Amino acid sequence: MIAEQDLVGRGAVEGARLMRDWFARLDTAAERKETAAYVFVMGSLAEILRAFDMHLVFPEINSLQTAVRHVAHEYLGMAEDYGYSPDVCGYVKADVAMQLQGGKHSMGRLPKPALALATNACNTYVKWAEFWERYYKIPMVTLDIPGSRRVGGGAAPGSDDFERDRRYLEVQLRELITECERITGKSLDLDRLREVLDFTNRMAAAWKRVLELNQTRPALFNALVDGTVYLGVLNALRGTREGAEYFERLVEEMEYKAAHRLGTLAEEQYRLLFVGVPCYPIFRRFHEMFADQGGVFVASSYLWFAAGGLDLGFQYDLSRPIESLAEGVLVGVGHAGDAMLFHDQSLIEQVDRYEADGIVYHPVKSCRTVSTSLAGSRKAVMKARDIQCLYIESDMMDRRVVSEAQLKNRIDAFFEGLGSQRLRSAATTA
Amino acid sequence: MSTTATAFDVAAVSALPLDAAIGACQDLLEDPSFPTIHAWKESGGKVLGHFQVYFPEELAHAAGMLPVKVRGAPVEMRLADSHFGSYLCSILRSSLEVCLDGRLPLDLFVTHPICDAARNLAGVWSRNLPYPAQILYLPQNVNSAGSAGWLRDEYARLLGDIEGVAGRRVTDADLRRSVAVFNVNRRLLRDLYAIKRETPWLLPVDQSYVLMAIGAVLRREEHNALLAALLPQIRARTARPQDKIRIVLEGGFCEQPPLDLLAVIGQSCYVVDDDLLIGLRFLVRDVEQEGDPLAALARAYIDGSTYSPVQHDTRKPKERMLLDRIRGANAQAAILAAAKMCEPGLDEQVAYTKALEEEEIPYFVTEFEEKMSGFDQMQLQLETFVESILFD
Repeated sequence: MIAEQDLVGRGAVEGARLMRDWFARLDTAAERKETAAYVFVMGSLAEILRAFDMHLVFPEINSLQTAVRHVAHEYLGMAEDYGYSPDVCGYVKADVAMQLQGGKHSMGRLPKPALALATNACNTYVKWAEFWERYYKIPMVTLDIPGSRRVGGGAAPGSDDFERDRRYLEVQLRELITECERITGKSLDLDRLREVLDFTNRMAAAWKRVLELNQTRPALFNALVDGTVYLGVLNALRGTREGAEYFERLVEEMEYKAAHRLGTLAEEQYRLLFVGVPCYPIFRRFHEMFADQGGVFVASSYLWFAAGGLDLGFQYDLSRPIESLAEGVLVGVGHAGDAMLFHDQSLIEQVDRYEADGIVYHPVKSCRTVSTSLAGSRKAVMKARDIQCLYIESDMMDRRVVSEAQLKNRIDAFFEGLGSQRLRSAATTA
Repeated sequence: MSTTATAFDVAAVSALPLDAAIGACQDLLEDPSFPTIHAWKESGGKVLGHFQVYFPEELAHAAGMLPVKVRGAPVEMRLADSHFGSYLCSILRSSLEVCLDGRLPLDLFVTHPICDAARNLAGVWSRNLPYPAQILYLPQNVNSAGSAGWLRDEYARLLGDIEGVAGRRVTDADLRRSVAVFNVNRRLLRDLYAIKRETPWLLPVDQSYVLMAIGAVLRREEHNALLAALLPQIRARTARPQDKIRIVLEGGFCEQPPLDLLAVIGQSCYVVDDDLLIGLRFLVRDVEQEGDPLAALARAYIDGSTYSPVQHDTRKPKERMLLDRIRGANAQAAILAAAKMCEPGLDEQVAYTKALEEEEIPYFVTEFEEKMSGFDQMQLQLETFVESILFD
């Protein structure tokens, strides 16, 4: 029997340790000049790259670390001096500055890339990977992972349209494997690939359960703060034994908290959904502005798309690994795309499922994929449900467009609205 | 093939003196009420609007629809702004504006994920407009052996949707006829650009732009007739070369610079090549008219197309393509423009500047917006740049 004090909060502690260890391994890999691939969270193809024992470098994670550690402005400035506009993605610029400094960043050093792997899930991915392609003169693979063509979701697995896309992706995955074989000088070991896929299966199943458990009252974790730690592990350790075990232990923790009604906040007042990308330059303070008034983020669109669709819990069929990998990536990345482009109905369903009191939309200057249509989404969701919505713009990297005082004013007004609505509801019920 | 009409009398315009004819084209191009589209609709036609950059217009044409390039407009925002966030380019907003207020009436809207903002447009249109909207994924992995076949099938899928809106079946013969019409158009546009390259003093950049861009709002047969009538007249002009530098203008692949801005550039430069509305000229060769027309269109996109910041192709590094464009046009310098908030354009500027510096080719960097109206400062800077080259 595990004591409560050893169980509650374990995920946060272990997650932080795993990320530190992961950065340390990258640092060592840089020193030893080991083979690394630069990849992105939506379509990292960790399963294939790990089967070749390549290190995965996620520039999105490295960049956000600079903002959380309040040094992003130094990197942005360097990239802007190099020629980048203030109006382009801050993640890109922070990474460019790291590369210009030989891979040095706030958590150590990055190994140089032998391969740049992008997907069409985000256009900035392609422009970003083109920088590495030019700067390091390395091969770049851009995977087409076609998403939903229209509102209402993508083609159902098994349909002709889905199968057409899946076959195309499978061709591309086989080409990626050939490229990895060329780079590493090794042939693909299918048994090793199956092992990696199995770890991802365990991780995905556990992650899905963790998200489901947060529907309980009170919420067990904060989707914005704790969720970001979980996301880091999901991406960095996807397809690894330690990643799978971490999430299975996290389920254990969350089941315990649910059974004992141990919420993440001492007194949960308002259950909120978060839509967008976190405000990393004031990450902790941003969270406190809500938590101090009893607001807890029970779910976040960030946990859908930035996990590359792992929240669906898709299970690869290990008897046909490459075919099934194509299917899983198509489903997962398509779902991530829907979370950004066609999310109105999903948000409405989440309002109901999580019994949310309000939605916080946080579009950012740096990410137009996520942010472009949030204003319109808010209108659509408010038409469908009587729910308070807060729309606040800032950035995930650039403190020049983050005004804490203005944010605080808007957030305070939002909570006043939530309070008034609750009083009105109580009066109506009475 | 539809005989539905647009309100632009090509024969009458072609019969005007050349400058007056180009003036009439400019009036139509700058008319934010889109009269040719309304005339087409009023005579029973249906309209497919497609957002920048490239779209296989032959599919819509073969179904008897009018393909229209949704390319924004310098209009005041009344309705669109509340649907978007702050950090966005103008073309998105103005494109939605003219659709929301009815100035640009469509029956089907197709966007292509050319950038992170544009990939949102199918969702935005679906929320706010009553006709269907969808995304056409054009391959970013054009180097895959699977891309051409997949794209062929994707065109077939889209064609099915177009048939549903047009209310008619499209045969291979229909498609081949449309490919033939567009092949003529591609040849005429190549001729137009040959004039720019070889005798730029006969055709200022603002005029060449008008003659090309008007194709975005006309039936392609009308555009062909217009170009066929006017190009010989341009070649017959008697203007003499002036002391201007030859430049390539890069950065007009999506949002379009104001015509007045082009005119300002034209005062001190011969724009001998550019990427303005490159989608209209994206296929650089005739599309094959034998065999499966959808496969031919797909192959043309994969293997017979130019470049733009919104497509990745390891065979066509964009900075090398720019250098080729500059050398192919015998240009002395480049103007690297980008629309404000245009992420692909701004990202590409960095690579372009590095490549030009390496080759010691002078360049001028600027940003623009479709609705900007003051050009004095830019004109001054550009003149200084030009003088630095002329008197070097």
